[in-house]
Amino acid sequence: MHDKTVTQLAAALKSGELSSRELTSHFLQRIEKADGTLNSFITVTAEQALNQAEAADNARAAGKAGKLTGIPFALKDIFCTQGIKTSCGSKMLDNFIAPYSATVVEKLNAAGTISLGKTNMDEFAMGSSNESSYFGAVKNPWDLTAVPGGSSGGSAAAVAAGLVPAAMGTDTGGSIRQPAAFCGITGLKPTYGRVSRYGIIAYASSLDQAGPMAKSAEDCAHLLNVIAGHDVRDSTSVSRGVPDYTETLNAPLSGLKIGLPKEYFGDGLDADVEKAVLEAVKVYESLGATVREVSLPHTHYAIPAYYVIAPAEASSNLSRYDGVRFGHRCDAPADLIDLYTRSRAEGFGDEVKRRILIGTHTLSEGFFDAYYTKAQKVRRLIRQDFLDAFEDVDVLMGPASPTPAFDLGAKKDPVSMYLQDIYTIAVNLAGIPGISVPAGFSNGRPVGLQILGTHFAEAQLLNVAHQFQQATDWHLQRPAFAEEIA
Amino acid sequence: MQWETVIGLEVHVQLATRSKIFSGASTAFGAEPNTQACAVDLGLPGVLPVLNEQAVAMAVQFGLAVHADIPEVSVFDRKNYFYPDLPKGYQTSQMYHPIVGAGDVEITLDDESTKRIRIHHAHLEEDAGKSLHEDFHGMTGIDLNRAGTPLLEIVSEPDMRSAKEAAAYLKAIHSIVTYLGISDGNMAEGSMRCDVNVSVRPKGQEAFGTRAEIKNVNSFRFVERAIAFEVERQIELIEDGGKVVQETRLFDPERDETRSMRTKEEANDYRYFPCPDLLPVVLDQAYLDHLRSQLPELPADKRARFQAELGLSAYDAHVLSASREMAEFFEEVQQVCGDAKQAANWVQGELSGALNRENLSIQNSPVSARQLGELINRVLDDTINGKAAKQVFQALWNGQGDSADAVIDAKGLKQVTDTGAIEVMIDQVIAESPAQVAQYRDSEPDKRGKMIGYFVGQVMKASRGTANPQQVNGLLKEKLDALL
Amino acid sequence: MALEESHVRRAAHLARLAVSDDQASGFVDDLSRILDMVDQLQSLDTEGVAPLAHPLDATQRLRADEVTEINQRDAFQRCAPAVENGLYLVPRVVE
Repeated sequence: MHDKTVTQLAAALKSGELSSRELTSHFLQRIEKADGTLNSFITVTAEQALNQAEAADNARAAGKAGKLTGIPFALKDIFCTQGIKTSCGSKMLDNFIAPYSATVVEKLNAAGTISLGKTNMDEFAMGSSNESSYFGAVKNPWDLTAVPGGSSGGSAAAVAAGLVPAAMGTDTGGSIRQPAAFCGITGLKPTYGRVSRYGIIAYASSLDQAGPMAKSAEDCAHLLNVIAGHDVRDSTSVSRGVPDYTETLNAPLSGLKIGLPKEYFGDGLDADVEKAVLEAVKVYESLGATVREVSLPHTHYAIPAYYVIAPAEASSNLSRYDGVRFGHRCDAPADLIDLYTRSRAEGFGDEVKRRILIGTHTLSEGFFDAYYTKAQKVRRLIRQDFLDAFEDVDVLMGPASPTPAFDLGAKKDPVSMYLQDIYTIAVNLAGIPGISVPAGFSNGRPVGLQILGTHFAEAQLLNVAHQFQQATDWHLQRPAFAEEIA
Repeated sequence: MQWETVIGLEVHVQLATRSKIFSGASTAFGAEPNTQACAVDLGLPGVLPVLNEQAVAMAVQFGLAVHADIPEVSVFDRKNYFYPDLPKGYQTSQMYHPIVGAGDVEITLDDESTKRIRIHHAHLEEDAGKSLHEDFHGMTGIDLNRAGTPLLEIVSEPDMRSAKEAAAYLKAIHSIVTYLGISDGNMAEGSMRCDVNVSVRPKGQEAFGTRAEIKNVNSFRFVERAIAFEVERQIELIEDGGKVVQETRLFDPERDETRSMRTKEEANDYRYFPCPDLLPVVLDQAYLDHLRSQLPELPADKRARFQAELGLSAYDAHVLSASREMAEFFEEVQQVCGDAKQAANWVQGELSGALNRENLSIQNSPVSARQLGELINRVLDDTINGKAAKQVFQALWNGQGDSADAVIDAKGLKQVTDTGAIEVMIDQVIAESPAQVAQYRDSEPDKRGKMIGYFVGQVMKASRGTANPQQVNGLLKEKLDALL
Repeated sequence: MALEESHVRRAAHLARLAVSDDQASGFVDDLSRILDMVDQLQSLDTEGVAPLAHPLDATQRLRADEVTEINQRDAFQRCAPAVENGLYLVPRVVE
């Protein structure tokens, strides 16, 4: 049951072969058995999940079931969930029971899906390995000595280990695509503005976007159908029609024009990863696509620009954690400044502090133009690179990450960690969608192929990814760890 | 040395929207603490702002009223600082691209001369909450009901040269925003607050002196007093060889002084940057044209019309146009009675006096504009005399009758103009006042005019005030002179 | 642009983060390396390029001026560290 896709489970629920209660209990048992090892969940909401499952079964019996009614999934602990702890991976919010739910959560509830709990993540989504979580590192089910990637590492590991059929993540600089690649699953970052950010704890507001993480592109299409769309509570969400993303999954790829950015195949790219990606491109050629080299000339400025813009926005977004209305408050503050400085020093971990300090510094007087304004100009050039490329090709392909999952504790230096996101980060600056699909292995650790499209090209990305998954079986590979959970 | 004062004002006007600038919470004044602070106002994790269209419309209306440029694009920025009444740790404001560009306002001074004060810009921002310092075991209580109330901050150029000009400017802004209906202008409830920038320089010097910013000066009177104190302080300081420091000062109305806000002395660095949760606001010409077509007649236009069309003096026109309610009341009285001068006298005299005595605003006047207009009509058509008119007014004020006519009837105040009846009363008064008659007779002719007052008084008294005073005067003179 | 400890101290003060002396030197090292990496931006000619704040060229949508929120004070204050009579409490603020 645990290795079936959302699509398959939905069919089983529909036929009556399975009840949601059975399904939910099954996954809760797997979490119970395996998560002590993986640490992929911060909070498991078993009781609520079983109640939801019962309601889903009743709805089905009453003929009121939708496509995903009764399907269990998990939420990254960055989505506010009313009445349930929403920690964002931080000590700062360890005691925060959200008094309202994110729009994405409301949509998933309305669709009749069952939330099993909240998954582990890098603190405030700042990280690429899940090691910055206050709740401890998460292990990669393919290799328990490896990181699952980050910041949506808990979601990726839980899906890969078969603890949930699917999960929701968020992606500010690669936080869906990179852990999806490291854990051998499929993860989609939609166009900025496609999915409401309301109720998602902000890291960098002009970059954050939520998306599905699952076993297949088809599953991602089903989930995107539920969560996409305009939200009156989010000024940056786009009022643009939402197509049925499952309808175009089977469109033929003959004539598809694929661009390979030459900057994505240079120094620092692991040989096995490069080989896997190029093999995948060959599969596409066999499906009728044509391939050409393109250039994204400002690629190497993406990480520097990101590490100005994201920390700047974060430094401001995280000012609300002041120990006054919610969150951690230090004991016996002597005065107001003590309340602020100690609550924040105690509540935030080192990586969060680094980014707050960087952002505060680059926005401060005398530095603003040299850093912030400059980075915003570079951001325009980076977006233009993509827009120019999409004049010539339909999609871009390359690696999701320069290496497969690295070892836990391997990257002590923050900058070396940041450089991990070289292929994913520009996508957020440009606001375009991207998907990572499993495309092979390197020493037993998965490799992800990243496919990028122009703004609002999610249907095309899902179609292109799905066709690959019709032609290959990388996405069907399961880690031994998942099979060993009795 | 001769000193010149240079003043610029930053006026914060709470806009009279129903809901907050970025959330659907109510802006009503006076609710229980934190009952009107929703998730967005509290800055809960994950919440996002959505801009209120009415706040935008009101800001633009103000801009149009002060002949300002309205840029096509305006942008919200974050002003970052920590304070307990600022829930998000930043205030959403407009630093680089405000919604209202440069404009100007005409102010009227005591001698009825006018002066143009330039407006640098006006921008939209959110208000903060309130800190309550009553004793909570030595703690401060925070009420965030006010957080997120829309503010329009109107920033003047340093064009004012005296405390009186500053007060006149503040009054002009007050009257524009209340005319537009974009604010209730209630300074006591904090709907209008003012920061004053003051500096002095030797007369004739072009360069500005170092300025001090006086925060939260919240009444017209305080503006004058705060400036007067601050100007004196700065001049004394300089003349004693000291230097004015650029700093923020607080006006203490109880001690009538300004003092340095030492706690905020540390250099602030607000780290303004564009708010990533809000997109650029784009206003097209059609929208501006539509709002322009909805503008009411503004105080300066009304004042000009009152002078040109109704023949009022500059003073009357200024006073009567100062508030929209006053102007509208006056205009209705004038329309009912057809006599602008009489209407102006009554509104500024009897009515304003009564309102002031009972501390009522003109909207709450017990005497309606129609009632007052009809009362004036009865004076104009000689139905009652001026003295009786005051009685009628008082009766209407006290609710003793629905109209002037009803009061006149009920109290028998109709003026006696029948010569025969007046003569009977005069004869009786003369008969009963032999001593005064003798005195009159013995006086020098040029003193007699004064003495006649006694007899007029007696006759009026006998008529219970209803006799026509001019007639009484004329007839008395005839009869008394006949006795000489 | 070289980063000095005074910059880190100032940023920590503005961001209201308590930083001990031990931590400060660590942050100076880390932040210096991050800013060295960021400084690559300075080599790029951006003359005439307009800053980009949002990835989409969208404009702000306006909300009707309606009261849509109800009082949820009790629910919101359940996660507050210190409240009394409906007020959030903080150490005494000196004006």
